Amino acid sequence: MNTALLVLEDGRVFHGTPYGAEGETFGEMVFNTGMTGYQETLTDPSYHRQIVAMTAPHIGNTGVNDEDPESRRVWVAGYVVREPSRIVSNWRATRSLDDYLKEQGVVGIAIPGTRALTRHLRERGAMRAGIFTAPSEPVEELVERVRRSPGMEGADLAAEVATTEPYVVPAIGGRRYAVAAVDLGIKGMTPQRMAERGCEVHVLPATATFDDIMAVGPDGVFFSNGPGDPATADVSALREVLGAGVPFFGICFGNQLFGRALGLSTYKLRYGHRGVNQPVQDVRTGKVEISAHNHGFAVEAPLDGPFETPFGPAEVSHVNLNDRCVEGLRLLERPAFSVQYHPEAAAGPHDAAYLFDEFCEVMSRAQA
Amino acid sequence: MPKREDIRSVLVIGSGPIVIGQACEFDYSGTQACRVLRAEGFRVILVNSNPATIMTDPEFADATYVEPITPEYVEKIIAKERPDALLPTLGGQTALNTAVALHESGVLAKYEVELIGADFDAIQAGENRERFKEIVAKVAREHGLNAESAKSVICHTMDECLAAAEELGYPLVVRPSFTMGGVGSGFAHTADDLRRIAGAGLDASPTTEVLLEESILGWKEYELEVMRDKADNVVIVCSIENIDPMGVHTGDSVTVAPALTLTDREYQNMRDVAIAVIREVGVDTGGCNIQFAVDPRTGRMIVIEMNPRVSRSSALASKATGFPIAKIAAKLAIGYTLDEIPNDITKETPASFEPTLDYIVVKVPRFAFEKFRGADQTLTTHMKSVGEAMAIGRSFPEALQKALRSLEKKNSSFTWAGPLVPKDELLERCRVPHDGRLRTMQQAIRAGATPEELYTATSVDPWFIDQLFGIHETAEAVAEAPELTAEVLEQAKHLGFSDAQIGEIRGIDEARVRDLRHALGLRPVYNTVDTCAAEFAAKTPYLYSTYDEETEVPAGEREKVIILGSGPNRIGQGIEFDYACVHASFELSRAGFETVMVNCNPETVSTDYDTSDRLYFEPLTLEDVLEVVHAEQQTGTVAGVIVQLGGQTPLGLAQALKDAGVPVVGTSPESIHLAEERGAFGRVLAEAGLPAPKHGTALTVAEAVEIAEEIAYPVLVRPSYVLGGAGMAIVYDEDTLTRYMSAQEGGHPVLIDKFLDEAIEIDVDALYDGVELYLGGVMEHIEEAGIHSGDSACALPPITLGSHDIKRIRAATEAIAAGVGVRGLLNVQYAMSAGVLYVLEANPRASRTVPFVSKATATPLAKAAARVMLGASIASLREEGMLPATGDGGTLPMEASIAVKEAVLPFNRFRGVDIVLGPEMRSTGEVMGIDEFFGIAYAKSQAGAYGELPTKGRAFVSVANRDKRAMIFPVRALADLGFEILATEGTAEVLRRNGVHAKIVRKHSEGPGPGGEPTSVQCILDGEVDLIVNTPFGESGTRLDGYDIRTAAVLRGIPCITTVAGLAAAAAGIQAIVRGDVGVRSLQEHARALRG
Repeated sequence: MNTALLVLEDGRVFHGTPYGAEGETFGEMVFNTGMTGYQETLTDPSYHRQIVAMTAPHIGNTGVNDEDPESRRVWVAGYVVREPSRIVSNWRATRSLDDYLKEQGVVGIAIPGTRALTRHLRERGAMRAGIFTAPSEPVEELVERVRRSPGMEGADLAAEVATTEPYVVPAIGGRRYAVAAVDLGIKGMTPQRMAERGCEVHVLPATATFDDIMAVGPDGVFFSNGPGDPATADVSALREVLGAGVPFFGICFGNQLFGRALGLSTYKLRYGHRGVNQPVQDVRTGKVEISAHNHGFAVEAPLDGPFETPFGPAEVSHVNLNDRCVEGLRLLERPAFSVQYHPEAAAGPHDAAYLFDEFCEVMSRAQA
Repeated sequence: MPKREDIRSVLVIGSGPIVIGQACEFDYSGTQACRVLRAEGFRVILVNSNPATIMTDPEFADATYVEPITPEYVEKIIAKERPDALLPTLGGQTALNTAVALHESGVLAKYEVELIGADFDAIQAGENRERFKEIVAKVAREHGLNAESAKSVICHTMDECLAAAEELGYPLVVRPSFTMGGVGSGFAHTADDLRRIAGAGLDASPTTEVLLEESILGWKEYELEVMRDKADNVVIVCSIENIDPMGVHTGDSVTVAPALTLTDREYQNMRDVAIAVIREVGVDTGGCNIQFAVDPRTGRMIVIEMNPRVSRSSALASKATGFPIAKIAAKLAIGYTLDEIPNDITKETPASFEPTLDYIVVKVPRFAFEKFRGADQTLTTHMKSVGEAMAIGRSFPEALQKALRSLEKKNSSFTWAGPLVPKDELLERCRVPHDGRLRTMQQAIRAGATPEELYTATSVDPWFIDQLFGIHETAEAVAEAPELTAEVLEQAKHLGFSDAQIGEIRGIDEARVRDLRHALGLRPVYNTVDTCAAEFAAKTPYLYSTYDEETEVPAGEREKVIILGSGPNRIGQGIEFDYACVHASFELSRAGFETVMVNCNPETVSTDYDTSDRLYFEPLTLEDVLEVVHAEQQTGTVAGVIVQLGGQTPLGLAQALKDAGVPVVGTSPESIHLAEERGAFGRVLAEAGLPAPKHGTALTVAEAVEIAEEIAYPVLVRPSYVLGGAGMAIVYDEDTLTRYMSAQEGGHPVLIDKFLDEAIEIDVDALYDGVELYLGGVMEHIEEAGIHSGDSACALPPITLGSHDIKRIRAATEAIAAGVGVRGLLNVQYAMSAGVLYVLEANPRASRTVPFVSKATATPLAKAAARVMLGASIASLREEGMLPATGDGGTLPMEASIAVKEAVLPFNRFRGVDIVLGPEMRSTGEVMGIDEFFGIAYAKSQAGAYGELPTKGRAFVSVANRDKRAMIFPVRALADLGFEILATEGTAEVLRRNGVHAKIVRKHSEGPGPGGEPTSVQCILDGEVDLIVNTPFGESGTRLDGYDIRTAAVLRGIPCITTVAGLAAAAAGIQAIVRGDVGVRSLQEHARALRG
């Protein structure tokens, strides 16, 4: 029964049963604390090259449907759950999660100790891991193979997940703005949220240059979320956007790139924020949003007030109340801002959806 | 925004007696609120008529009023205390309704009391169904959300109801406005149903308003617990899914947290709607609960209702997540915002977040239909359960099976033993929601039912049905395994099977399974309820067992005491025992022990993670308790396990725990046995020279008949080892005795006692340390012998006993305490008949009356008992000042206040059940009235329990022959007070001959008179009567008359007195009210008066 193994690079091993595709897989071991939204999580490109463990015990209950994926495929490198559902129960479901994972070739494992795993990662930080559904080598050898697999620091992954060809998401109910959205691993809900607000969204490959961006005649420029280490990314195009004074909005990876473009540094969090219950406070209003997160890196910035950047003064706009991590940045004299979390949610609460309204307002003002 | 500085004193209203739909969850929430307010430096004024609550302990408020929660009494308290603010959202519907009444009558404005934590407009908007519907529609319109209400019509008359039904079609739901726990609501399948249900609903609603709506029977049902602060930060604390679909009251449903069958899209839509609705309703600060129904075929979502206050579900959500809703609601009410309040569990993160669970919580209701013969046992939208148990596991099957065994009720767990009932019969049974339906479903699976068949029969979501199949398949694997290997056992444990279940499946003893399991090194680990799925380290040890990877029990520093709680509330075992456990925990912690609480009742204060140094949310079975003890022994020294405070549940484990080498402190299991086993106890009494009523023990009908003849009828019969008088009856003749004996399960002895007809019953709570006896209190029952002590009113100090009698009682109690070997609490019941003091029974444990006695005498009996159990002497406790330096509850001064305890009975929930009191306990709760004079104290107890006694109007009197002499004097008193007396012919005759004019009313059995003269029942139903006195006639032809009278009384909510002693007390009470001003006095003032 307990034939499959989850092996961590520090030698800790969890026994379990195979789930999804058979085989082996490697990636950065992270945990997600959301109790809903596994389908959105699996298809979030930001999870590229990561093995995701779900802390919620029962996964797969509502199966898989055709409306909820956030991209064209499953991105996680591997999937760790405790209690895979034996059946599917939801009026929208078209197939089971197990079948979906198999079809997508995603190797997974069901282990009793998902909480122990989470505690381990909490204490020791995110690390490399491997899932082996039918291991034939001794554990020591598996640990060695995990250690030899590539880590996340220094990984440049955006291009691997982003679209290679530009495409347009048309505005819903009349076009009011044109947005150039640079896809670093964009989720389907993001252009959807903008389109609902009258944005015609031109989704561009991660490699888009300033000229490519300006070629769509944007009222605003958007940088999406995405996987990998922000330190590896090229921020020259973004610097030019900021220099040109075009309204800018970034989320997640886009926030980290915005930070780097402003001259700030980024760093790897010990075990990241992945879940849908993170309290983020808007520094100006004091209001708290419950927000969806998925980031292993964060921006280092002064929390105690405005600071100087090549593009004029900036400030930290949002702070995570759990760990005081920077969750948003804003230029004070130019129309540019970003957040580290996911206003498009999917999965997660919609508290931060107002940020898309703010982006539209900024674009309106610039149009005027 | 920090706390408000413009408020100095806050009045908190509790929820009164425990009734169905409003139980100890409000003691939990109120206690949290009082603690928060005092810690923040406010002067706290509290009113709650329920003496068994922790919140009414004098140390939780500056002024504690155990007075009736009626607008009249609360106004007196406001006038006296002049609070700056009133917090009404933590005392259930009772507190909210009282606050609304005080607002509407202008009292709050007159005394400049600000309502905090709620807003009248919000209360109205949340509770007025029409306005609520408009709000839902507005939210859908303005926010573009998928939200709607069920199609419905508001009606104020029966004609309107019938017309609306034409439009909506049957079946439809009837919901009265402003009632709690769904009183008066139900499903109408026909116009006749509608007349009956809506008629009662119109009566039950204070606004004579009912709502009829389209049927959403069988839809999925969900609840969200929401909190909002004044800065408009909103969080969802918990989602709860009802496994029983729409049609069963959520309090009667098996529920699970978090919701397990929603996608993120559906869940987020629900969340958006919940937030938009509470903003629109205008819930200013605090917690509220909002309920949804989802059509499983289409996903169409309907907003059912919201409660703008803390509720039973919020207590459950608090326990399920570790997010203390009531505590935070209190902080929000005094000005804080969520981000300013730290999360107690992690200490480092704020309360402005949404808990995430890496475990599953299952809540199961506990019913008491066996106590209410004749009651309809079908589960409907009208709540009928009397308690609940909650369990936590790392999977749904584990949590479910733990929850079922937490019910501690025979036949509550899944079983694979016993004969197979035909599948079709079981499926047929599954169609109607009933107590234990999941078990019926499991039996149907055993009998070969398919998932589709079960879904068709129940509408339970297929996912849950499949989980039952998973459990069933594992049971089969256990049965078929050639031997119990580690793998087989592990699989069974993973799905929550108990050792007992595994033993039953394998046909071996539970102990053998346990030995085998231990030999294989297979034990549960304990995980922490940490609000964050292990994302952050938890600082508060709130633990549950699971068969998983790592244990998280922290190492102990001090010697530990494990306190076993009382499990789910049931009739006969409720909040009183939780009170004793919580007191023990507080006191032993203060005395330097590390306290460890084990309990599975989510409503209680004992399962607040703040109460003890550690909390194990676990079933109270031998297996689960032994594992907790083991886990605690692994991490430190266990000084002892306390079993005598949690009622029969832990007491039943005493011997087995001791046999397993667990140090049981206090009265030894052998001594417990000595008191409970008739023969042994008889020898103790004989040695002490104490008389007991003649008695015997019978196993067969023949033996019983022989014994009864020898000791002479009437006799009192009961099965041995019961609590709350389950199965107890007074038998007047051989036929009845034969029937009674034949109905007993074989093998269990039945105790037969001479029934002392005219005796006064006396209840004593005492403390014994092996040397000294401390008489806690002597209570005199107001009703005569034969009525269960839990159901009868009593007075303390005793109103008719002299110091000579008390001396005899003291001596007898001391002799029993010493003879049995008590260390701790002892409760003795006596009957005084013709000058002889008979010993009825002795219970060497905390009794139901301990909190009442503690409050009436200003002495913390349970705390003292806990210390005595751990070795302290009464003398040393006197020295410490915990007990008075001299004297005790038997030597109260002449001027001591008189406290009256009155039981509260749930008859309005169980229409059709006779309300006559008997030896089997049926009350759910109690109130206390306290005053200098007995009459006023009694009147207060009635006002607290049933509503004010009338001071004028018509009294209808109909008594049995044996009561006719005794009723003359009190009825004359009523007539003198100006009551018009109505009576049945026989009673009227006796009254007239004694100079009391009484108008004759026709008996119900006689039917209306030739001129259309109404019968007694008709008069009652027509609202012509203000007070009813009706004593039962026994087995005579007119018995049914009495039944109909009493049923009509319940229907109309008219005070109905069923004993002459009760009538005398009521007359004294009414006299006192009429005579003059009834004042209010806090417990602190009473204590000062008592102690000089």
